[in-house]
Amino acid sequence: MAKNKIINWKPDRSKFPDIGQDGKPVVDLASQKYVKIWHGPNHPGVTGNMSLELTVNGDEIVDAKTHVGYLHRGFEKLMERRKYIQCFPIVCRMCVAETDFPEYIYAAAVEDLANIEVPEMAQWLRTLVLEMSRLQTLLRVVPGQGGTIGLGLGVQWGVYLRDLILDLFEELTGGRIYHMYIIPGGVRGLLPDGFKNRMEEILKKVDDYVIRLTSLMYDNAVYKKRTIGIGVIPTDWVDKYGIVGPNARAAGFKRDIRKDNPYLIYGQLDYEPFTTTESDIFARAVVRLEDLKTTVDLIRQIIAKMPLNGDIKAKTPNVLHWKIPKGETYVKSESSRGEFGFYLVSDGSEYPRRINLRGPSYTHAITVLEKLLINANISDVSALMVSLQTCPPEIER
Amino acid sequence: MKELLQRLEYRFDVSDIVQKRENQTFLTIDKKHTISLITHLRDIENFSHFVLLTAVDWIEDNLFQLTYILHNPEVNIDIAIRTMISRDNPEMDSAHHLWEQVATYQRELKEMFGINFPGSPGVNDSFILEGWDDIPPYRRDFDTKKYTEETYFPRPGRQTNDPAEYMKNKLYPNG
Repeated sequence: MAKNKIINWKPDRSKFPDIGQDGKPVVDLASQKYVKIWHGPNHPGVTGNMSLELTVNGDEIVDAKTHVGYLHRGFEKLMERRKYIQCFPIVCRMCVAETDFPEYIYAAAVEDLANIEVPEMAQWLRTLVLEMSRLQTLLRVVPGQGGTIGLGLGVQWGVYLRDLILDLFEELTGGRIYHMYIIPGGVRGLLPDGFKNRMEEILKKVDDYVIRLTSLMYDNAVYKKRTIGIGVIPTDWVDKYGIVGPNARAAGFKRDIRKDNPYLIYGQLDYEPFTTTESDIFARAVVRLEDLKTTVDLIRQIIAKMPLNGDIKAKTPNVLHWKIPKGETYVKSESSRGEFGFYLVSDGSEYPRRINLRGPSYTHAITVLEKLLINANISDVSALMVSLQTCPPEIER
Repeated sequence: MKELLQRLEYRFDVSDIVQKRENQTFLTIDKKHTISLITHLRDIENFSHFVLLTAVDWIEDNLFQLTYILHNPEVNIDIAIRTMISRDNPEMDSAHHLWEQVATYQRELKEMFGINFPGSPGVNDSFILEGWDDIPPYRRDFDTKKYTEETYFPRPGRQTNDPAEYMKNKLYPNG
């Protein structure tokens, strides 16, 4: 019998599974051509607490499914039982990577419903804090793209510089990660003495870092080999799958909420969003590097143009007895990952009726990533995930 | 925006139009015409970017409000479409054929609010909660505190307060 089996054996040259009527690959695990493996939730190549269920054929991925639920803390539900001011320690935890964006959009949504005009000085300070937040994120994410393929040196340099920015945050707000500096009506304080000089010293170091990182990472032959032509997002995916931010700009879409729907004092700042058309991992990394340079420039512009003094908070009712007028609003901002918004509903009471966060990862980490991983090599999973800059906390608020 | 709203009012039975800002409008439409309006906005009015889909529980009116927010990247305006569905039979037509990622929003709403979207891919798969056997947790009648007390073993000496009740007693001790 064994002899006949060998004689009758014919090489099977089929590599990928058939596509079923639902558009999904038909994977017969019993055929032993495929193996299911889990990438995460505990894996150095996963951006946070999520996991990918991968079906592989050799080292090529034929099917991928994103699993979330490792980080759910029910933020949106918790906030329905808290007064508006009590929600601030929660909103900043919705995105650990850049905590000031949820703080700002939440405050702006409350102000929008309550018809509060924020003083100009507070708007300058808010813009400064948002750009500082973007800078510290990009200092982690830009070299992090190299880190996914084993190029760790840039990450170490970046983490050092990020810590210097966090020192400034600590000086300004008292907190390194969670700041709660932006409050309804304005901000909590003015810049400390000498803050601008200390900021400029760090920005000079960042300038130097960008030059060193370019030669270390972007001119590196291995890095190019691993990122150019990999993970290409076709242009028709951008609207089809809700792609925003740097991922859309790398596909040639000049979309940046700071420019398209200017908020705070972005209308007074001079810059152009960087776009490219290659749309692969390398292109997305280049867009983020250019975003980093833009952020440094914007911080310099803000520091040069901002008034020296002024009101930092509009008058608000006692926040513990504050009834926000009935209504609903959607407020958005451009985070380092793209459109980040809050949908807030008030029923006229002292508590929010409903708060919903719209984070870019909701589509990037599920619909887009699941599609990009098909036919990718298993060693590129981390690089693809970081190139989309996915952040699980904003998926499972 | 004004011309767009006029066109929509002419074609669809929209009501409760609230223009929050120059670039943002909220409007309400009947459940059965919602998907037609969204399709019209996407295909004719260039609202090509789907921003979000979420629900609000108006338990006192026995209604769920579904809110779809769309964005037109050419003229940079947002439009939010509200539609009310009954809490007794929470079911809505799926919009996943317009944007594939809508299936994820619908899957979450099924899990968190118990709103069904027949035909939406994977709508019955668990999204965040695994093995959940209580009422959908984002409904207003789900008591978070009671569930926690019944489900999790309390640490000795730990005092728990419902934040809303605690603040009420602190601020208005005499009722």
